[in-house]
Amino acid sequence: MAIDKATVHGIAKLARIKIDEAEAESLVGELSNILDWVEQLGQVDTEGVRPMTSVVEMRLPLRADAMTDGGKPDDVLRNAPEAAHGFFVVPKVVE
Amino acid sequence: MSDLTRMELSEARDLLTRKSLSAKELTEAHIAAVEAARPLNAFVTETPEKALAMAEASDARRAKGEVGLLDGLPLAIKDLFCTEGVQTTASSHILEGFVPTYEATVTANLWREGAVLLGKTNMDEFAMGSSNMTSHFGGVENPWHRAGSNQKLVPGGSSGGSAAAVAARCALAATGTDTGGSIRQPAAFAGVVGLKPTYGRCSRWGVVAFASSLDQPGPMTRSVRDAALMLRAMASYDPKDSTSVDRGVPDYEAALTGEVKGLRIGVPKEYRVEGMPPEIDRLWQQGMDWLTAAGAELREVSLPHTKYALPTYYIIAPAEASSNLARYDGVRYGLREPGDGTLTDLYESTRAAGFGAEVKRRLLIGTYVLSAGYYDAYYNKARQVRSLIARDFTESFNEVDLLLTPTAPSAAFAMGEKMDDPLAMYLNDVFTVPASLAGLPGISLPAGPSDEGLPLGLQLIGRAFDEETLLRAAGVLETAAGFDSLPSFLAA
Repeated sequence: MAIDKATVHGIAKLARIKIDEAEAESLVGELSNILDWVEQLGQVDTEGVRPMTSVVEMRLPLRADAMTDGGKPDDVLRNAPEAAHGFFVVPKVVE
Repeated sequence: MSDLTRMELSEARDLLTRKSLSAKELTEAHIAAVEAARPLNAFVTETPEKALAMAEASDARRAKGEVGLLDGLPLAIKDLFCTEGVQTTASSHILEGFVPTYEATVTANLWREGAVLLGKTNMDEFAMGSSNMTSHFGGVENPWHRAGSNQKLVPGGSSGGSAAAVAARCALAATGTDTGGSIRQPAAFAGVVGLKPTYGRCSRWGVVAFASSLDQPGPMTRSVRDAALMLRAMASYDPKDSTSVDRGVPDYEAALTGEVKGLRIGVPKEYRVEGMPPEIDRLWQQGMDWLTAAGAELREVSLPHTKYALPTYYIIAPAEASSNLARYDGVRYGLREPGDGTLTDLYESTRAAGFGAEVKRRLLIGTYVLSAGYYDAYYNKARQVRSLIARDFTESFNEVDLLLTPTAPSAAFAMGEKMDDPLAMYLNDVFTVPASLAGLPGISLPAGPSDEGLPLGLQLIGRAFDEETLLRAAGVLETAAGFDSLPSFLAA
């Protein structure tokens, strides 16, 4: 399916990636080509076929609902671009 | 020093066991080789001091008689594995400077067995690519060249740095990860052995996620025996990875009996793709002849949904990536671009500056196929086709024990080739993607030279958790092929 520039801007917004006009221009062609190509899946009869969720046939393991790890605020924050008083710092979001 | 770096991993192990060599000597030779190989750009981060300290600790352990499976053996680790205290970037600008405070389970297993870390290898950004040209730190150069040419070739991707490091003799072995062929295709391009284990065999915990239902760590080595040794050390049940499978790890080396008599080898007819170069077809036929001569029985099998594997993959992998890579937001780690001062602009500016073109392309595709209105038409449809692809394999494994195919549709191509056409690049994975979608183990081994003297790979695909049969047959093919050419660039 051919997608237009407005759609590319819309997807980029959802993906939280800023794109400029020139990028949007070239992405229109690239994404349309890829989507055209994947549309061949429409030829496959998948009536009644269960969508795959896991390639390994196993039951997800359960464990006791108890703490197994923790107490590592310094480790968690070590790579933060900005941290203060044991928290990540972000721009103001509430007026 | 070159004889110390030209050995196989298992040969070096045997010398260390006999105490005819110390881990320190072996590691020093490899540190020098890593430096000598800098023109290849195979490493993002070198860790010579850590390597020496680990080697000295290994020698001390050996003096006390307490050694692991890989004690004192220097390895290269793909920069997708989180290594505690050592920068881990996934070859992306967005993770530059990230130093994990924890260790991936697979690498923890390797250190537990005594292995030595030489450094972190270059790769396609977030493992997205088949050329190693999408790395933020520049492409890796393949140590091989076409006969009579010095044109630079790609090592394949995404584990291209690991493949080049093993091929150029700067690491005895390396780790890779395979999502759609990222171990097997670069192994074929660089003339080394690459094994993608069954999904769930090696833990994904601490491996930077690309597409979680497909990603699987595995070994890249110079021989099938080395792959067996590495896999045994890497594999484990890991409660920290909910898709890790709880079953014992066999002694894979013991499975190498050199015997394939009576083994049924399937040749999937749908893998004869249009326009395949005659040299690939010839090599494939040669592989069939070698296995028949060794007493295996060939059967043609049909995997009717093969042609839908690539488009399925290029819906599922980007969809999962768009979800996994949402965590790179400029807040918790890595790059931060402040933007105009609002939180949304911080996210958008950071991700715009931090991700390369191929990663952005896939994140946008993934976001699109998961978005309201398209989820069923694309993502669910792809998951249904994936079920059919997996069923094809299950049915063929009722008739045969293994499948034999080429690994890639060509030998290594030149740097810069195919770069302007994403679809042409995706076709490189045409033979490796189906087994990935089905979660099955696959191995690529160098089986012969191309007309231009480059290595070409043959691939074997096995039943889930039957790496033993896979390695056994691969060992027989390896002996029959006797491929012992060396790349034109050697580190030492």
